[in-house]
Amino acid sequence: MLKVEDKLMEEPRNYRYILIMTTILVLLFYWSLSAVSLEDMEESGLSIAGNILKGIVTPDLGLLFDFTETGVMYLLVETMAIAFLGTIIGACLAIPLAFLSASNVVPKSVSIITRLVLIVIRTIPGLVYGLMFLRVTGTGAFAGVLTVAVLSIGMLAKLFVDAIEDLDTSVFESMTSIGCTTFEKIRYGIIPQLFSMFLSIMIYRFDMNLRDASVLGLVGAGGIGAPLLFAMQSYRWNEVGSILIGLVALILIIELLSNRLRRRLVRGF
Amino acid sequence: MYDKLFPPKQMKLSNGKVVSEKRSRTPLILLIIGIAIIVSVRFTGFEFSVLLNRGKEFFVIIGDMIPPKWEYISSIWKPLLDTIKMSLLGSLIGAVFAIPLAVLASSNIIKSNIVVAIAKIVLSILRTLPTLVTALVATFIFGLGTMAGTIAIFLFTLAYVGKLLYEQIESVDMGAFEAMESAGMTRVQAFRYAVFPQVLPNYLSTSLFCFEGNVRYAAILGYVGAGGIGLILDEGLSWRDYSSVGMILLVLIITVYLIEQVSEYFRKKLV
Repeated sequence: MLKVEDKLMEEPRNYRYILIMTTILVLLFYWSLSAVSLEDMEESGLSIAGNILKGIVTPDLGLLFDFTETGVMYLLVETMAIAFLGTIIGACLAIPLAFLSASNVVPKSVSIITRLVLIVIRTIPGLVYGLMFLRVTGTGAFAGVLTVAVLSIGMLAKLFVDAIEDLDTSVFESMTSIGCTTFEKIRYGIIPQLFSMFLSIMIYRFDMNLRDASVLGLVGAGGIGAPLLFAMQSYRWNEVGSILIGLVALILIIELLSNRLRRRLVRGF
Repeated sequence: MYDKLFPPKQMKLSNGKVVSEKRSRTPLILLIIGIAIIVSVRFTGFEFSVLLNRGKEFFVIIGDMIPPKWEYISSIWKPLLDTIKMSLLGSLIGAVFAIPLAVLASSNIIKSNIVVAIAKIVLSILRTLPTLVTALVATFIFGLGTMAGTIAIFLFTLAYVGKLLYEQIESVDMGAFEAMESAGMTRVQAFRYAVFPQVLPNYLSTSLFCFEGNVRYAAILGYVGAGGIGLILDEGLSWRDYSSVGMILLVLIITVYLIEQVSEYFRKKLV
């Protein structure tokens, strides 16, 4: 018994550390409490909340299964197209950037600079890109595609870099020793290692882009966001309900499919 | 199916044995991707010529942002702090409320299938709703301002941390839990001493990671009127006051970078 207790006492105690951290957290909590106040809450708030719930429970089914240009189904397909094309273009842009920031490919100074550029690209919020691209292409899905593409560069490049830096280099050494040319080394040494990883990362990002693309419509960059905003502003909660149901269903289905695909990719065909 | 259309390649080894290699799926995948690209281009009206002709407009805007308007910084502080407060409060409360929901959603702790299924569905629906849409709905209920943004971030954190936490709990080693239960502890006590210590570091790390992302999300919530730095960002962009926008973005980038570094330091310490 005593032996057990001795062992227990030997365990390092960091009560002071935990106490300090908790105090800091509580202080931060109090500081940030000023962000919330129920004063601004309008009296109509609760009734609106009720109306929204009612709208979601009784959606406009006609709109939900409408395949014309203003129907939910068409808009969902458009949102998917934006996300897909954006992912592909983003990946094309991210691959060179990823190689430029992989510390086992280029010198350290180049990789640090590229990483900084990536951080800047990643931090600028999507809506800012959206509004900037609207000036280039005018309103519509095209601006959405470009925005999604630029938005995905940051994360894609970051994950690509991890894959590149994890490359198994002993393969190259053995290939060099049996006399492979550089091209053969890339074709049979690098591409097989990276292809499925990159594909899996792209599918993951497509999943996220779908959410981003659905929001971009709020600034007029195509997709399902704009009709959602209009429906809300004119208090047509049934339409809001059908759009939200469509969106949630689509994102859940895509997430399920992409998880399954990625699991297969990682395990290999 | 694919193997029947394109039969595996047969190879005869020197000892007379026949081995077969399955055909690569890569051409099929590339074909599907190619078709999807063509369809998407049709749907979105993508045109390279527009990009070539007008693409420089984008860089003109970026050029206008440099140099940023330094004196504008005095009016950035308050919205910036609002943004940080929103994401801090939303993340904190969300992470705390995620614990009970995650426990309800883990099938190895809760024996009732219905409760687990309902908790999981609630979590996935909450996670699927884009934060901006939640914020938009919240502005209708709570009025314009930081309250709506906090609610949106709270809901997202709840769902995100909740999902990762229940996955953690479900993959935990249940041996200690069962041993403690058999030694006479209640299920709550057994959970506290057997499961909780196993998931705690990962839970804290996930919450920190979520907070990091939330600062970035909170920055745009102002666009729908949910307070924070997005408000002045939207103002600057619609007045084409790009040098102010440049200043806001610069401050935002530095803030996010600092928060990321701090959080990364603590996450490395945790795991």
